[in-house]
Amino acid sequence: MLQTLEETISRLATLDRDVLAIAWLSLRVSLTAVSIGLAVGIPLGAFLAVAIFPGRSILVGLLNAFMGLPPVIVGLVLYLLLSRSGPLGSLGLLFTPGAMVAAQAALATPLVAALTRQVIADAEAHLGEQLRSLGLSAPHRGIALIYDTRFSLVTTALAAFGRAISEIGAVLVVGGNIDGHTRTMTTAISLETQKGDLSLALALGLVLIGLVILVNAVAATLRAHAARAYG
Amino acid sequence: MDILRRGLLTFGLLFALGAASGVRAEPASIVVASTTSTEQSGLFKHLLPLFEAKSGIAVKVVALGTGQALDAGRRGDADVVLVHDRPAEEKFLAEGFATKRWDVMYNDFVLIGPKSDPAGVRGGDVVAAFDKLAAAKAPFVSRGDRSGTHSAELRTWKEAGVDLASVKGDWYRDIGQGMGPALNTASALNAYLLADRGTWLSFKNRGDLTILVEGDKRLFNPYGVMLVNPAKHPTVKAKEGQAFIDWLISHDGQAAIASYKIEGKELFFPNASR
Repeated sequence: MLQTLEETISRLATLDRDVLAIAWLSLRVSLTAVSIGLAVGIPLGAFLAVAIFPGRSILVGLLNAFMGLPPVIVGLVLYLLLSRSGPLGSLGLLFTPGAMVAAQAALATPLVAALTRQVIADAEAHLGEQLRSLGLSAPHRGIALIYDTRFSLVTTALAAFGRAISEIGAVLVVGGNIDGHTRTMTTAISLETQKGDLSLALALGLVLIGLVILVNAVAATLRAHAARAYG
Repeated sequence: MDILRRGLLTFGLLFALGAASGVRAEPASIVVASTTSTEQSGLFKHLLPLFEAKSGIAVKVVALGTGQALDAGRRGDADVVLVHDRPAEEKFLAEGFATKRWDVMYNDFVLIGPKSDPAGVRGGDVVAAFDKLAAAKAPFVSRGDRSGTHSAELRTWKEAGVDLASVKGDWYRDIGQGMGPALNTASALNAYLLADRGTWLSFKNRGDLTILVEGDKRLFNPYGVMLVNPAKHPTVKAKEGQAFIDWLISHDGQAAIASYKIEGKELFFPNASR
């Protein structure tokens, strides 16, 4: 164990451009997937928080459950859809970064929607009366509350990013772990583990954790800055 | 409504960002479904840059077990399959998913086990060794993933007259994973297993394991390459795929295969008949 750690640290120093390219791909795929997740999930979550319609509680329960969607199942279903023999095969997306974005977006969207719904529902409990007294319709209330809770929603985005960049089950199945094309940090770590090169796998793991910390730090800085400017 | 506009703007931006990073012009490329042994032994990393430099065709390798790789071909998700399980390849041909199979190279399987060899299988006869393993109920790791190596293991049990279903027990670990994970598991359990020599040579976490049986001609492990039949799947890139096959079996391709060595040992032996 100690020896592996020592090797890991020396390997970190020698990580090359390939690793940078892999890290960049991971970052790009996950950020794109989270962007899609936010674009779909925030309006959906806000809608479920402010709108009142029959069956809403069932929908909310389902959405909360989907936060635990198993990545490998998402990967498998997407694989069958995107396979050349599947209904969406003509898109030619299988084994491309686009397929990995789709898989991670499918994982991120319910998470964003469920957390957004909770945040907005809480804010509505505080401010809903006030907003209603201003004569705002439900859609406008939803938008006002999204704006009001925007700093809390950053945490939601970070949770979605964490889920996207750390998963392997879905990207492995739909991406195929193709060297230089769809190899991400997690599939690379898995491959090196399989090859028995544990110190390299661990070094890559440290890079991945560093990446996640970096993204979180950037988000925290931006949020603090924005809070000072507009808070 | 200021808030509304700003909200819309933000979403628009996010969408644009997503779209921009998703779209990218691609050079000509093919998908090759192959086996974990060719990927994890590092062979493709050695071969592909040579082919890509010569042809300008990018090769994307998806490493699966032989059974899964052939299935990817059947679904039309790969243009070329490069695998090592002759009976399964013959079936693929018979089903019409390919029209021709080319010999490319071979290596051999080796029986790996703990240096102390508690079951006493060391030697040159793999069938006798399997017989002893079953009798001793020595810890054994099986790929269990329909790969070429898994097929070879099952064939060997059969030749040894061992009925796996009846003797299977705690000693027989069916892990359902690739060659690398199987080696890792065997290394951790100090168990026996059948491995292809290429992956073994490039494997780093050997622990107490060593080669116990090798050189038996029943351990011969030939690799074949096939173009997925464009008549079955019109999306198959037949021209580029065939160019890859032609290169593999050409003098250059065969020499490239022979030149891949780890610790001075050749991993795969070219045998295209041309």
